[in-house]
Amino acid sequence: MGHISADHPRSPSRPRLWRAGCDDWGVAYFDAASTEPLHPRAREALVAALDAGWADPARLYGPARRARMLLEQAREEVAEVLGARPDEVSFTSSGAQAVHLGVLGALAGRRRAGHRLVVSAVEHSSVLHAAALHERDGGEAVTVGVGRTGMVDPAEFGAAVAASGTALACLQSANHEVGTVQPVAEAAEACAAAGVPLLVDAAQTAGRLPVPAGWSVLTASAHKWGGPAGVGVLAVRKGVRWRSPLPEDDRERRRVPGFENVPAAVAAAAALRAAAAESAHEGARLSALVDRIRSEVPRLVPDVEVIGDPVARLPHLVTFSCLYVEGEALLTELDKAGFAVSSGSSCTASTLRPSHVLEAMGVLTHGNVRVSLPRGTSAADVDRFLALLPETVRRIRAEAGVRS
Amino acid sequence: MTSSRQAAEEAAQPPALTIDALGKKCPIPIIMLAERINEVPLNGVVAVLADDPAAFTDVPAWCRLKSHRHVASHELPEGGWAIHVRRNY
Repeated sequence: MGHISADHPRSPSRPRLWRAGCDDWGVAYFDAASTEPLHPRAREALVAALDAGWADPARLYGPARRARMLLEQAREEVAEVLGARPDEVSFTSSGAQAVHLGVLGALAGRRRAGHRLVVSAVEHSSVLHAAALHERDGGEAVTVGVGRTGMVDPAEFGAAVAASGTALACLQSANHEVGTVQPVAEAAEACAAAGVPLLVDAAQTAGRLPVPAGWSVLTASAHKWGGPAGVGVLAVRKGVRWRSPLPEDDRERRRVPGFENVPAAVAAAAALRAAAAESAHEGARLSALVDRIRSEVPRLVPDVEVIGDPVARLPHLVTFSCLYVEGEALLTELDKAGFAVSSGSSCTASTLRPSHVLEAMGVLTHGNVRVSLPRGTSAADVDRFLALLPETVRRIRAEAGVRS
Repeated sequence: MTSSRQAAEEAAQPPALTIDALGKKCPIPIIMLAERINEVPLNGVVAVLADDPAAFTDVPAWCRLKSHRHVASHELPEGGWAIHVRRNY
């Protein structure tokens, strides 16, 4: 749906104002945690870099030097925002690739230390899939559970890390489904005490919250902060052992195979700088809207559980589950009404299993709605959502024969 | 009475009602449970038979939200669980 069409099905009944980032022909886009709309700074940078940065940055002639200069500048900008040195930062082809390379490369680099990998139960599937591959290759993967809010207990995490033979620990900066911010600094202290490197998956916080201290490997994804898709970031701290799990390739400091997407990296850096610069103000504004949803939804809709930590949370994300409601039905009705939201309910997943995050927390998995607000979300859109939700839930319950 | 003894006795209490929700997707098993829990006397046990993986998490979560008691979940030989719930009020 890239072009603007006069006969778009929604266009007759909806305002014809297109607000970049939060409004697609009248649809209130509340799924920033899946992907944040492209930041205007990223669009400008991308268009400029498509012309200036197309050449092979590994070559020696003029256009190549220009592409290399743009790539290295992008690397410096990303490194600065993430609190890394430029030579610690590599661009990958996605956030998932950054995680896969980060996990498997750190394990390969620590082979002599042991084969034990410690992960939290609520990591992104890219971390869990890398852990599963490690297990298939004869390694051991240990999962640390979470409490009702989705938070890891730092003492429990520390104890798991301290066991002998631990090669690597992984903890997300914040959870992608329920928004709970993890105690990364405390986990990092425990890892440092045990001499175990810590991989922090910062996909949900990069550009939104400060990067937690103490990481050994850091991963992130540009399209989550308003950069283009197809750019991930893998940062490996100086001195941390890392060996590529993939065939030799001399790109990106021998960490990532394949020709660099220079224009996309430039756009990703521009978006990250802009998002980080806006984050204090915009994060506070979105956080107030999230607080409003957190307090209003249980007041307006009976039998709802708002989940995730109410305080230690992402500024822009809130998740709740409605008893007796099928998640898919709710998403479909909200889509018809012009709201794009996501769900961890099993009926909305390709696997037909409920979200491993909700399961690990022991909270309701059906009737689940994740609202994640992109930059620029208006209070009016949130009010419209809150006005519509109670009747939508009531209707679905009535159709399912639930007596209120 | 110690909590472990209490748990053992609760686990041994035969269900006063069995709801067959096998083959039904969540939230249907929860809707069936909510509709019928009042058919058992106070402190009586309802067994929900379900094989949707979501039910394994959602029945105990429903108990917590509705202040009933999740007694235990027993695996069924043919797949799924018998999830025992005690009516608290």
